[in-house]
Amino acid sequence: MDSPPLLEASGVTCGYEERPVLHDLSLQVRAGEFLGLIGPNGAGKSTLLRVMAGTLRPSAGQMRLAGRPLGEYSRREIARRLAVVPAPGSPQFAFLVREFVTMGRTPYLGRLQSDRPQDREAVDEALTDTDALPLADRPITELSAGEWQRVNVARALAQQPEILLLDEPTAFLDLGHQRDIFELLVRLNRERELTVVCVSHDLNLAAEYCPRLAVLAAGSVVAEGAPETVITSDLIGRVYQAPVQVDRGPAGHPRVSLLSEAALQGRAER
Amino acid sequence: MKRWRGVAVIVALVLLLAEATALSLATGPAPLEAGRAFRILLSPLPGLHDLAADATETDRNIVFEVRLPRFLMALLVGAALAVAGVVMQSLFQNPMAEPSIIGVSAGAALGATVALTLGLSFTFLGLTALPLAAFAGAVGVTGLVYVLSRRGGRTPVGLLLLTGIAVASLCSSIASLILVRGNNAQVSDVVFWMMGSVAYQGWKEVYMILPYALLGTVVACVYARDLNALLLGDEQAAYLGINVERVKLVLLGCGALLAASAVAVAGIVGFVGLVVPHLMRILVGPDHRILVPVSFLAGGLLVTLSALLATRLGAVPLGIITALLGAPFFLYLLHRQGTYRF
Repeated sequence: MDSPPLLEASGVTCGYEERPVLHDLSLQVRAGEFLGLIGPNGAGKSTLLRVMAGTLRPSAGQMRLAGRPLGEYSRREIARRLAVVPAPGSPQFAFLVREFVTMGRTPYLGRLQSDRPQDREAVDEALTDTDALPLADRPITELSAGEWQRVNVARALAQQPEILLLDEPTAFLDLGHQRDIFELLVRLNRERELTVVCVSHDLNLAAEYCPRLAVLAAGSVVAEGAPETVITSDLIGRVYQAPVQVDRGPAGHPRVSLLSEAALQGRAER
Repeated sequence: MKRWRGVAVIVALVLLLAEATALSLATGPAPLEAGRAFRILLSPLPGLHDLAADATETDRNIVFEVRLPRFLMALLVGAALAVAGVVMQSLFQNPMAEPSIIGVSAGAALGATVALTLGLSFTFLGLTALPLAAFAGAVGVTGLVYVLSRRGGRTPVGLLLLTGIAVASLCSSIASLILVRGNNAQVSDVVFWMMGSVAYQGWKEVYMILPYALLGTVVACVYARDLNALLLGDEQAAYLGINVERVKLVLLGCGALLAASAVAVAGIVGFVGLVVPHLMRILVGPDHRILVPVSFLAGGLLVTLSALLATRLGAVPLGIITALLGAPFFLYLLHRQGTYRF
């Protein structure tokens, strides 16, 4: 607990134009941890991710990276330490997977410099880590949603970052691909000591994979801690404004079930 | 494989350009066939003087004062427009973008209209009022669009696009307003200018466009990696370590100067900035490290050939030819590639 947190938001207030999205938000991310950010739509999860990545400046408060204010870093310095996997969108231009992943080397290369051997190595390693090596010569416009997301993670890994920020990496993915992505993140977190901060809409997925969760509501952190302490029917019901029941999954993690109107009536009758 | 393909495309384009050079030097009202014209062209080189020992002063004049500058003009105009198109499509992350999107053409047209209707007749560094006014209009309007699109230190591309459209139509209506007050001769001058031409220009105009075409292309090559990253969107580019606002300013300036210099000397030559980058992307892929140089050559080739055709058809304005060739071909490409995603 001596070294400063890797990422630290203290009293951050921030908003687009006049409307503040984050209010006096404080959150710490320690090196090597796997943090899940959950919360309802409009709670400020994606905004917080942008503040953490330095593309949005807080209007009050401060964001620090390794103890130093984020504003003191150049974009290039940030990109060498922190990579972002954006919310899934569909690619417009037909780069090959390898060309796309090689863009992750941009923060290490000068304008007139061509790719060096260590850049090609980093790209190969990122492709291997994400099982995307067989895709290397395919155009990114011809990938399935699951493949495209793995390739996006590979592009971020090619930056050889300490921190990986992900904005709903499993949106639009089916069950099997959701699992693939989270298993990949867990592996990277453990084996490469990558610090992972992941915004997720899926509470059960987040509870299953993230050792620590932070719950955002109306621009502030309303709860943080292990899934067992954070995911309670009371808190989740209140924050998401929906009746839920929380029990335990097979691995002992909390499991959230939505209660329909019919289920609520059935409960009352019993 | 990809690299090999890029090299093959460059070689093919250079060979075609050589052929186009010969054809251009051989085309014109005066009879002077290609081989002879080419020998005259090479004769100033050391040791090759004898090549054109029999050439008359008139022949030399035709080659060096008429056909060579006309050819170089076409080459540079096409190259500048194509590279400007590549830059704009990346900046706007939009395959439909072209230089006129930020008001270059409308600004140039307004400048030209003012110069022609007021009968401005000053000269500066040997250049007449028309190209200077068109250039000033293009650069001024683009600058205005940029300034109007600033929001808290950023220039969102969507805003830039809409501001460009609004300012461009404002310029067009002002130009029209000036024209309806003008006389018939002025109207026909402006309309002809707007259709684009490289038929009447000489070395002065070549010198006007040359520095912008070369410098702009060099800048685009140097910023090739940034252009690639910008295709992913401003935010993504920032995550890759790019200082997006500064790079955008450099590239907007580069694209605007490339297009403005072309429009200033040749009038409005449509479709080149849109079609050439598309075509080249199909051939070599979207990587700007190869796309920029290849588009430079292909743009030069397309306009050179169009200018040739324009001359052969009896001084038809160049802009008509490029649109006549470009538009159907573009439609064919869109049709052929059912799932074309640029």
